[in-house]
Amino acid sequence: MTSPTAPMPILCVRDLTIALPDGADRRHAVQDVSFDVGAREVLCIVGESGSGKSITAHAVMGLLPRNLVTRSGAIALAGRSLISRSEEEMRAVRGREIGMIFQEPMTSLNPVRRIGEQITEVFKAHGALTPPERAEKAVALLAEVGLPEPAQMMRAFPHQLSGGQRQRVMIAMALALEPRLLIADEPTTALDVTTQGQILKLIERLRRDRDMGVLFITHDFGVVDDIADRVAVMRHGQIVEMGSAAEVLRAPTHAYTKALLAAVPSLTPPPVAATLPDVPALTVENLQKTYVTSVGFFRPPRVVAAVADVSFTLRRGETLGIVGESGSGKSTVGKCLVRLLEANGGAIRLGDVDLMQLRGSRLRPLRRRIQMVFQDPYASLNPRKTIGRIIADGPMAHGVPASAAHDKARELIQLVGLGPDALNRYPHEFSGGQRQRIGIARALALEPDVVVADEAVSALDVSVQAQILLLLRDLKQRLAMSLIFITHDLRVAAQICDRIAVMQKGRIVELGDTAKVFADPQHAYTRELLAAVPGRRQPSPRALEGA
Amino acid sequence: MTLATFLRKKTINAVVILIAIAAMNFFLIRLAPGDPAQVMAGEAGAGDAVFLQQLREKFGLDRPLIEQFWHYMKGVGTLDLGFSYRQQRPVLDLIVERLPATLLLTGTALIISLAAGVTLGTLAARRVGRLSDSAITLASLVFYAMPLFWLALIAQIVFSKHLGWLPNVGYESVGAGYAGLRRALDIGWHLIMPATTLGLFFTAVYARMMRASMLEVASFDYVKTAHAKGLGPGAIVRHHMIPNAILPVVTLAGLQAGQLVGGSLLVETVFAWPGIGRLLFDALIQRDYQVLLGVFFTCSAMVILFNILTDLLYRFVDPRIEVT
Amino acid sequence: MTAFLRRFAENRGALIGIAILLVIVAVAVLAPLIYPTSPWRMVNRPFIAPFALERAPLGTDALGRDILAGLVHGSRVSLLIGLVSTLAALLVGVPVGAAAGYFGGWVDNALMRLTEFFQTIPSFALAIVVVSLLQPSVASIVLAIAIVSWPPVARMVRGEVLSLRSREYVQAAIVTGQPAAKVILTEVLPNVASPIIVLASLMTATAILLESSLSFLGLGDPNVMSWGYMVGAGRTRVLEQWWISFIPGAAIFVTVLALNLVGEGLNDALNPTLKKGRL
Repeated sequence: MTSPTAPMPILCVRDLTIALPDGADRRHAVQDVSFDVGAREVLCIVGESGSGKSITAHAVMGLLPRNLVTRSGAIALAGRSLISRSEEEMRAVRGREIGMIFQEPMTSLNPVRRIGEQITEVFKAHGALTPPERAEKAVALLAEVGLPEPAQMMRAFPHQLSGGQRQRVMIAMALALEPRLLIADEPTTALDVTTQGQILKLIERLRRDRDMGVLFITHDFGVVDDIADRVAVMRHGQIVEMGSAAEVLRAPTHAYTKALLAAVPSLTPPPVAATLPDVPALTVENLQKTYVTSVGFFRPPRVVAAVADVSFTLRRGETLGIVGESGSGKSTVGKCLVRLLEANGGAIRLGDVDLMQLRGSRLRPLRRRIQMVFQDPYASLNPRKTIGRIIADGPMAHGVPASAAHDKARELIQLVGLGPDALNRYPHEFSGGQRQRIGIARALALEPDVVVADEAVSALDVSVQAQILLLLRDLKQRLAMSLIFITHDLRVAAQICDRIAVMQKGRIVELGDTAKVFADPQHAYTRELLAAVPGRRQPSPRALEGA
Repeated sequence: MTLATFLRKKTINAVVILIAIAAMNFFLIRLAPGDPAQVMAGEAGAGDAVFLQQLREKFGLDRPLIEQFWHYMKGVGTLDLGFSYRQQRPVLDLIVERLPATLLLTGTALIISLAAGVTLGTLAARRVGRLSDSAITLASLVFYAMPLFWLALIAQIVFSKHLGWLPNVGYESVGAGYAGLRRALDIGWHLIMPATTLGLFFTAVYARMMRASMLEVASFDYVKTAHAKGLGPGAIVRHHMIPNAILPVVTLAGLQAGQLVGGSLLVETVFAWPGIGRLLFDALIQRDYQVLLGVFFTCSAMVILFNILTDLLYRFVDPRIEVT
Repeated sequence: MTAFLRRFAENRGALIGIAILLVIVAVAVLAPLIYPTSPWRMVNRPFIAPFALERAPLGTDALGRDILAGLVHGSRVSLLIGLVSTLAALLVGVPVGAAAGYFGGWVDNALMRLTEFFQTIPSFALAIVVVSLLQPSVASIVLAIAIVSWPPVARMVRGEVLSLRSREYVQAAIVTGQPAAKVILTEVLPNVASPIIVLASLMTATAILLESSLSFLGLGDPNVMSWGYMVGAGRTRVLEQWWISFIPGAAIFVTVLALNLVGEGLNDALNPTLKKGRL
C-alpha cells in the first residue's frame, strides 16, 4: 500500500474485468484486478500460464485482441483515464507515455527494415524532432542500452543480431520518447540465463536513470526476487496476493503463493542419499558432431562443431545432468545418444555393444535399450493415436504380442499417475503435465537401460514441473532408472541430478557431483552460469517435498 | 553468397536444364509414331523426298542412336533449331522474329497483374470481412476459374463487337503506316485487350496470395511492436506489413512463370497477336514439328529467364539473403 | 470427423461448390439416358439461337449439332480426364515427395533435381508437344496432363513430410524402434492426407482447364466431343453466333469454380486456426 506522503502512482488499475469469448475454460480472462504502479518502482505480476497476467499488460496499452472485451474497470495513467480514450488518442499514448517490450526478441522486430529506421520511426510517428535529430537520438539510445558500435548498428538488420541484442533494441525503441511507464511482458523468458541477467540489470539501471515506473510480467520467482519492489500474484484471472517483494516472497499469506514458491526448485542440491554401485550403464567416448555448410565455390566451407570430444560415463541408477545454454550442444548430445542424429565420431557403449557401429535394421532391435522423453508435450504425441496405442506400439514393434503390450501399457499408465481409462482417449484431452507423464510411460514401456530426458520439464508451468520432477524421483527409486537429464535450468538440475556436466560451445567444461559443482565450481563458465541464475540472493525456499 | 557466385550457379543450372530439355525433345521425336524423318519434316515436307533425304543426312537418321543424339545436340548448341519446310525458313529466324511481341505481351501482363494483384490484395486485407473484401475475393475466385481462351473470346465480343472500344485482333492497325510514337501508341492500343486478358488470371492469383499473406503478417509479433510504438495504421501497413507480405507473392510470380508463358500461347491465338504463340498454333495445324519443338525450347528458356529475374528480385527485397 | 463436417458446412461457398458438382456428376452419369444419340449428329438447321427452338434449347452450332447434347456428353469427357489424370499425377507425385522428404540426403537431392526440371518446363507447352507428337487421344491427353501436374504434388508432399519428420512424435516413433515403412505409413502419411485431398480437388480443376485448352487448340481426341473442342469450333463465328463458344466455355468455368470452392472449403475445414495451449 502506498503511504499518504508517497507521490501519485503512475498507473492505477481498478476492478478491471475482461471477458473471454464463449467456449473458453472460464468466463473472464481477468476479473476485478486492481493494482498501482508507483512512479519509480517495479511492480512484478507473477503467475503461471493462463493466469491473465499478459492480458492485463496488453489491456493497459489498449492492445487486446479483438475477441477480448473489457467489461468494466478503470485504467488511469498519471491520473488521466486510458480506458475511455479513442484509438487515435491511445496511439498518442503508446510509445510516448508508455513503452512496451515483449517476450520473443527473435520475432518482435521487422526483419526487412534496418534497426535505425525502426527506432527513428517512433519519433516520426509522434511528430518529434527533425530527421537529423532523430538519427542522432537513435544512436544515443543504442549506446545507452549497451549495444556496441551504435552508429554501425543503425544500418544493421535484425537477423544480424543475437537475441539479447535484439531485446536491447526493443528497449531502446520503447524508451525513445522517455515514457514514464515501461511495461515488460516476459522480456527475458526466451533468453539464455546469462543474457537474462544482463537485460535485467539494464532495465534496473534505466529505471533509475530515467525515473520510470516498470510493470514487469513474469512467471519466474527468481526474476521477481532480483528486480521487484512490489509483487502481485495472479491466478485464473484474479490477484490472490499483493505486497512488497520481501513480504510476498519471504512471508506469503495465500495458499497458492505458498504452493508456487514451494514448487520452485532450490539451488541447493539435496544431501546425497546413498552411494551408487559403480556399474556403468552408458559410456560415451569422444563423441563428435560437426555441421559443414558450403559457402561458395572458392571459399572453404564453414565447419561448426556442435559437439566436440564429449566423454562421460553414466552409472546404473544414476541421474547425470547435462546443462548449458542454447548452442552449447546439450540437445545435440541427447539426439546423438538415441541416434536421431548421426554423430561423426566417437563411441556410445551400452554394456558391451557400441551403438555407433550399428545402422538400419541392425540398430533397430537395440534401440529399445536407450529411450527418450521429449520436450514439447503438445508435439510429442501423435494426435491421431490413442494413448494405449502410443505406449504399446514400441514393445509391439519389437515383437511383444499385442495383449502383453497392452497389459504393460495399463501398468505403466498407472505408474505415472494416470487412470487406466486414459488408454482409450486421445492426446488432446490431456493437459501438458499429463502428456509428459504419457511420454515418460512410452519411454519406459520398452524397459530401457537408459532414459534420456531432453528438456522434459522446460515447457511446463512451475507447479506442474514440480509434480513431474517428483514423479521422476519416484520412478528413479522404484525402477533404479539410469537417467540423462538435459536442461538449461540449473535449479531443476540441482534437485534431480546426482552428477552434473556443464557444456559450453560443444564441450564439457566441468563434470562432477552436483553438490560439489554448485558449492565450489571450478570452471569460469560454471561460475558465470551460477552467478546469473535469478533469485540467488534469497534463502532457498523449501526443497522438493519427499526428499 | 555473392552476386557473382549466385549468377554463376544459376547460369550453369540454366544451361544444364536446357541441355536436358533438348535431350528430351530428341527422345520425344523418336517416341512419336512413324519415321522420325517424316515427323521432323512435318506434314508439308513429308511429301518431298529430297527434303526427307536432306533431313536424314543432317540428323544422321540412318546412323546409330548415339550418333544421332550427338548430331542433334551439336545442332542445338549452335542454335540451329531446324528448318521449317512449310515456311521455307530456319526455325530460329521465325522465332527471333516473333519473340519480341510475346515478350511485350507477357511482360506487360506480368507487370499489370503484380501491381493490380498486390494493390487489390492489400485493400481486401485491410477491409477484411467488409463489402470490398468480399467483392475482391469473389472476383478473384471467378477470374481464377475462367478458361483463358473463353475470357479472351468474351472480351472480343464485348469490347470489340458491342462496345467498339478496342481493336479485335492484331498487333497494329494494318496498312495505316504509322511510325515512331504514333506507332508505339497504336501497338499499345492493340495490346490492351490481350495483356489485360492474360493479366486478369494472374491478378486474381496474386491478389489472393497477397491478401492471405497480409492477414498472416498481421498476426506477427513485429506488427504488435509497431502498434506498441504508437504508429498509425498507414505507417504500419506501408513500412511493416507490405514489405514482408509481398515476399511470398514475388516467389509465387517466379513459380508462375511457366503458366504465364503457356497462357500467352492461348491469348495470342485468339487475338492473332504475332508472337511465338501464334507460331505454335500455326505449326500445330500444319503439323510442322520442328517449329513446334523450337517454340517449346524457347518457352523453356523464357521461363528460366523469368525464374532468374524473380530470384534476383527476391534477393533484392529480402535482406536476410546475403547479397554483396 | 463431425467437427470437420460442421466446419465445412458453415462455408457457403463450399456448399455451393458441392451442389454444382453433384449436378454435373449426375449429368455426366446420366448422359446416355438423357441424350442417347451421339452429339456429333446433325439434328437441325445450323446457327439456331438458344431458347429459340424447343428441341434445341441451347441452340445449334455451325454444323447443326445440338449444343445441349454436346454439353451433356462433354461433361463426361471433362470429368473423366480430370479425375484420371489427377490420380495419375498423385500416383507419381506422392511417393516421390514422400521418399524425398523422409530419406533426405542424396535421394532427396536427386528427386528434387528431377522435380525442378519438370517444373521449369512450361507445362502447357510441354502438354502440347506430348499430345501432338503422340497423336491426340484421351490416353495421350491424360498422359500429358499427368506429366505436367505431378511436380507440384511432389513438392508439397516433400515439404509436409520434411516438417513432420522433425515433429517430435515422429521422432519418438523412430526412437522406439519402429521400422521406416511403418513410421511413414502410420505416423507421417495420415497427417499429410488432408493437404493431399485439398490439392487433389484443385488439381482436378487445373486438369479440366488444361484439357479444354488443348481441345480448343484442336489437340483434343477427335472421337470425343469435349467442351474445349466446342469452344474452339465456334471461334470463327464468335462475333455473330457467340453462344456456340460461350455456352460450353461457361460450363467449363462453372465446373472449375465449383472444384475450387470445394477445395478451399476442404482446406478451411481441415485447418482451423490452431489455438496454442498457453497464453
